[in-house]
Amino acid sequence: MNRKTNALVQRLTLTPYSVWAALFIVVPLVFVAYYAFTDSAFHFTTENISRFFTATSQLDDGTGMREVHTYLVIFMRSLKLAVISTVICLLMGYPLAYIMARASDRTQKILLTLIMIPMWMNFLIRTYAWMTILQDTGILNGFLSAVHLRTVHIIGTESAVIIGMVYDYFPYMVLPIYSVMAKLDVKLLEAASDLGCPGPSVLRRVIWPLSIPGVLSGVTMVLIPSISTFYISQKLGNGKFFLIGDAIEGQYVANNLHFAAAIAFILMVILLVCMALMQKLANRKIIVA
Amino acid sequence: MRKIIELKNITKSFDGEVVLDNISLDIYDNEFITLLGPSGCGKTTTLRIIGGFETPDCGDVIFMGEDIKDVPPYKRNVNTVFQRYALFPHLNVFENVAFSLREKKVPKDEIKRKVTEMLSLVALKGFEKRSVTSLSGGQQQRVAIARALVNQPKVLLLDEPLAALDLKLRKDMQVELKNIQKATGITFVFVTHDQEEALSMSDTVVVMSEGRIQQIGTPVDIYNEPTNAFVADFIGESNILDGVMLEDRKVAFAGHVFDCVDAGFAKREPVDVVVRPEDVDIVPEDKGQLQGVVTSVTFLGVHYEIIVDIKGFKWMIQTTDFCDVDEKIGLYIEPDAIHIMKKSEYSGMFGDYSTYSDEMEEIGEVEIGELAEYEEQEAAPAESETEK
Ligand SMILES: Nc1ncnc2c1ncn2[C@@H]1O[C@H](COP(=O)(O)OP(=O)(O)OP(=O)(O)O)[C@@H](O)[C@H]1O
Ligand SMILES: [Mg+2]
Repeated sequence: MNRKTNALVQRLTLTPYSVWAALFIVVPLVFVAYYAFTDSAFHFTTENISRFFTATSQLDDGTGMREVHTYLVIFMRSLKLAVISTVICLLMGYPLAYIMARASDRTQKILLTLIMIPMWMNFLIRTYAWMTILQDTGILNGFLSAVHLRTVHIIGTESAVIIGMVYDYFPYMVLPIYSVMAKLDVKLLEAASDLGCPGPSVLRRVIWPLSIPGVLSGVTMVLIPSISTFYISQKLGNGKFFLIGDAIEGQYVANNLHFAAAIAFILMVILLVCMALMQKLANRKIIVA
Repeated sequence: MRKIIELKNITKSFDGEVVLDNISLDIYDNEFITLLGPSGCGKTTTLRIIGGFETPDCGDVIFMGEDIKDVPPYKRNVNTVFQRYALFPHLNVFENVAFSLREKKVPKDEIKRKVTEMLSLVALKGFEKRSVTSLSGGQQQRVAIARALVNQPKVLLLDEPLAALDLKLRKDMQVELKNIQKATGITFVFVTHDQEEALSMSDTVVVMSEGRIQQIGTPVDIYNEPTNAFVADFIGESNILDGVMLEDRKVAFAGHVFDCVDAGFAKREPVDVVVRPEDVDIVPEDKGQLQGVVTSVTFLGVHYEIIVDIKGFKWMIQTTDFCDVDEKIGLYIEPDAIHIMKKSEYSGMFGDYSTYSDEMEEIGEVEIGELAEYEEQEAAPAESETEK
């Protein structure tokens, strides 16, 4: 009897969460799919999906006007910027996570707080802040000319977009790597050193392979939101770097809900495949010689 | 025998607290040497200094004639078996053992040969592909030993390698370790706080307490000739009494004058006297040198352990004869069963088996009784001789 009531109680307590999940996760996904595969009269169509792959437009790639697949180009551009930002986050985040994990408790707490503080600020405000810093007459150039250095033109370039993305997503890279590193047994590092490994070897043969799960989740957590980034590209890229997120937003604002849903749907499928691959990588026993 | 490692006047403190206090120790080639002492006495720290994971505040670490104080661990020809094994969880058994060989870029077929050889030495043939996390404690232990030995170090450091194993496995591994040490001829520096393990496995035992070495010697020496009350108490069971050395080969304790085999003390020097529980003979009350009342009897299989109250001091005696509680018995102690030690800072801290604190207070005073008699005799030696 007890067991049965327990199971019942458990179910009941879970109900609000199940309802919540259904309402806010499953239903919207179904709607996205539904919109993606219907036309404005809600008849079934694959038109929206195929439009993503076939739509063309004229683009000046420097050698003259050329006809290109609009959305594929936009997608590849998003992918490129996302990958670059992810790599930069990883290159900066990994050493930082390592240093943090080895630092004293106090230093660890301080660094953690410093990394998380920007996350408490609104994303729009962060982006505007970067605009005022990077503008041709902004804080950065003001500083450079004050110390008699050449000013730089960053705003409206890919670099500006990347800076904005790296700044926004950096904590999502550092935190998972840090949490894996902090759990790493110091004895393993001593054992490696005992068995003849100098520092770089210990890093390559023990620390790195053991921190891969953290790296994979960090990469996932940065890559996915950065692929679908929008707004940063409009503000810091002066609208010159139209990304897939901007495309979705644009179609939505233009009341083209069905095509917006189709782009979102395709993006989701691609990301799901990526995540599945990553998960597979993470689960594999990594044997490194 | 050749000296492999010399520790010279090593001192080490953590946060202002002295953990090793002027430790000096020679370790010889081919030796099985054990650091033995209670928890926190500095055994691991000593080992870590030899391994290169801690730097002493002062003193020298000499390895085959060279000062290695500033040599990092990866350059030392010393390997460690860590207390909790510290196997690499991302590598299988084979790769764990091969770890140091791969670092040295040993050719592939040689790695295979050496690892296979090591795994058969520790009886783990056929486990090559297994994940180390799937192994039992004893198997992990043996992987750790194989991993440390494959490099053929001059010295193997083992930090309580058997502490996590159950009694049966522990006994088996003790024999196995000893065999491996003999087969390889590698010097083993072994850490334990189990005195039985130390005595049964070692060529040399180093007894430590509070960051200082109390005694270095063979297991037999340490057991039979403890240098102070701490060692006597820590190694095996002991009755430790206050005594006075009357002259060479004559000592007074427990209110009686005993013949003994020790000499070379000052006349009337206060000493600590050790009598092992198994060295006391039980005799009829009137035939004993000491008389007492049995207060408890415990059957331990091969023998009884009885506690005898002799003038308030509780003795532990191991005997195969049954005695009843409250029985009055006599005790007889052979001269060579009495071991005399100089007084030390540990005097009076150990050696009484009383369970009541009020009885503890009676320790420390030498009973006069027969001592007075002895003094009379000494004052008139001629008289007593004619009596005989
Ligand atoms: N890194 C450290 N920082 C501060 N104190 C330490 C450090 N390492 C050891 N100590 C202290 O030094 C003393 C001796 O420690 P050590 O580990 O050498 O003892 P041990 O004899 O190995 O004990 P056990 O049998 O419990 O392993 C202990 O009081 C311990 O708290
Ligand atoms: Mg220890």
